[in-house]
Amino acid sequence: MLKIGDKIFSSRLFTGTGKFSNGAIMKEALLKSGSELVTVALKRVDPGSTEDNILSYLNDAQFNLLPNTSGVRNAKEAIFAAELAREALETNWLKLEIHPDPKYLLPDPVETLKAAEELAKKGFVILPYIHADPVLCKRLEEAGVAAVMPLGSPIGSNKGLKTLDFLEIIIEQSQVPVIVDAGIGAPSDAAKAMEIGADAVLVNTAIAVSENPVAMAEAFRMAVKAGRMAFEAKLAKPFDHATASSPLTSFIDEL
Amino acid sequence: MSFLEVFKTYRWDQVKNDIHRKTFEDVERALYKSHRNLQDFMALISPAAAPYLEQMAQQSHQLTQKRFGKTIQMYIPMYLSNECQNICTYCGFSLDNKIPRRTLSEKEILSEIGHIKGMGYDHILLVTGEANKTVGVDYFKKALKLITPEFSHVALEVQPLDQHEYEALIDHGLNTVLVYQETYHEEDYKKHHPKGKKSNFNYRIETPDRLGKAGIHKIGLGVLFGLEDWRTDSFFTALHLQYLEKKYWQTKYSISFPRLRPHTGGLTPKVEMTDRELVQLICAYRIFNEEVELSLSTRESHKFRDNVIKLGITSMSAGSKTNPGGYANAPDSLEQFEIDDQRSPAEITAMLRRQGYEPVWKDWDKVFTVLSF
Repeated sequence: MLKIGDKIFSSRLFTGTGKFSNGAIMKEALLKSGSELVTVALKRVDPGSTEDNILSYLNDAQFNLLPNTSGVRNAKEAIFAAELAREALETNWLKLEIHPDPKYLLPDPVETLKAAEELAKKGFVILPYIHADPVLCKRLEEAGVAAVMPLGSPIGSNKGLKTLDFLEIIIEQSQVPVIVDAGIGAPSDAAKAMEIGADAVLVNTAIAVSENPVAMAEAFRMAVKAGRMAFEAKLAKPFDHATASSPLTSFIDEL
Repeated sequence: MSFLEVFKTYRWDQVKNDIHRKTFEDVERALYKSHRNLQDFMALISPAAAPYLEQMAQQSHQLTQKRFGKTIQMYIPMYLSNECQNICTYCGFSLDNKIPRRTLSEKEILSEIGHIKGMGYDHILLVTGEANKTVGVDYFKKALKLITPEFSHVALEVQPLDQHEYEALIDHGLNTVLVYQETYHEEDYKKHHPKGKKSNFNYRIETPDRLGKAGIHKIGLGVLFGLEDWRTDSFFTALHLQYLEKKYWQTKYSISFPRLRPHTGGLTPKVEMTDRELVQLICAYRIFNEEVELSLSTRESHKFRDNVIKLGITSMSAGSKTNPGGYANAPDSLEQFEIDDQRSPAEITAMLRRQGYEPVWKDWDKVFTVLSF
């Protein structure tokens, strides 16, 4: 079981809510994925609208909402957006996303740390989206975040775990859950992240943009489960060569 | 270095020649690599790319879905004024066109807002001619005060302004500015803009630089197809885009594709751009730049719009009026240009859903804009 803040999750697959062709398909896919934590962009939420409100598809008991601050460019905007999200969605959980670069949507480490320090004081359960930077993860941990969300590769790129070496260091060092976010393009990527010991993964584009989002959601559910089981069962280390003889030490027996 | 200085290092004829000399091999190289440069863009918009249109469309479709998902953002223009001190040979609002002039009063703006909100819109584009005395920064501030509380995303398509003027409007909740160069062919630009402040080519071409310095969230670029060779003009637009992305890296960009449409006292296009060529260009932009927003207005036909939403377009309007007061106050007054696709937002929504796309009405929140400065 995975515990973040005061919540226990039986599913280690977290999901996004963007890019789907309609709300009904989104809901069906997310239910199928087994996901219990779904992130939703504050900028897409329209509390005044009754028709086609993204939230109306996310009211199932299975889902906990994780509002995100996508669109903000600095700590000041993020803090304001966080407070607005807390009020609009009635949760103090927050995916802290500060990407001032609208092209590759890469997170700003300086502003993210600054915002995390402030928001922790205000009682938010913070899950920051960041580069796979082990030192930054430790600094955020000290600031009081509930988990860290390092990226596997650029968001929406489907390129898999390009940051693998750094993710392994983060997982080794972290005292808070590590959720690999962004870039996971295939169930095998998700399984790999789980095999190296990530606590969870967050997937959006690969499910939403697939030709069959519902089937793809299920594929991810199974991959995350398989990867976690393999991690817990302790994977055997791969070797490049068979080790039949001991050319360097066999002399000892001849002495 | 401002874009004007970059621009001065290129020669129109040389660029045009380079584009026309691109070969099938150049096109194939551009199609099969993962990051494309301006040379690749040239190949993709060249005549040599014509036989590769289907392949380009398939790539564009995939790249667009990867980045933007199965969604189309919806916006609508609100014309605030048709007063104009410029003569532009192709425009219905041109000073020498004897049409009734109108600038919306605060009361009229409010009734237009009511009508537009009733159509379901939350992203709005404000449009005027250029009449600095009556429709200048003070007027825009007043209009924004009425409009920004009602809409999540406010864009402006008006005369180019100074940096400090943009800063003031951003403080009033402005998110995006569209400023089309019309043509990057300097001599031709002067022919089409003989009178008024708009005749200053350099001031216009440096407008995106001033916007970038002012810290605007999004800048829209484009040229008016029909004035000059569309391929050469599009190369310069792409050059401009690439320059801006590197320099003002916190700003988002969009491209529009206005083709010259008939209007009151109109100009016949000097250079025709066929439907096939417009599709080629849309796909070329997407393959060149996976992140740029591509927008298509109601200038284009019903059938064309239905088909290109899959090929790279990320935002569109519906139910638009191009006359000030056209929604609630003066539905019968003269339009800037003829609307081709007359369908209502509800009809466009139904069409998008049939094709497996979600119309997105809100994809911004005013808190991001108001707080930035």
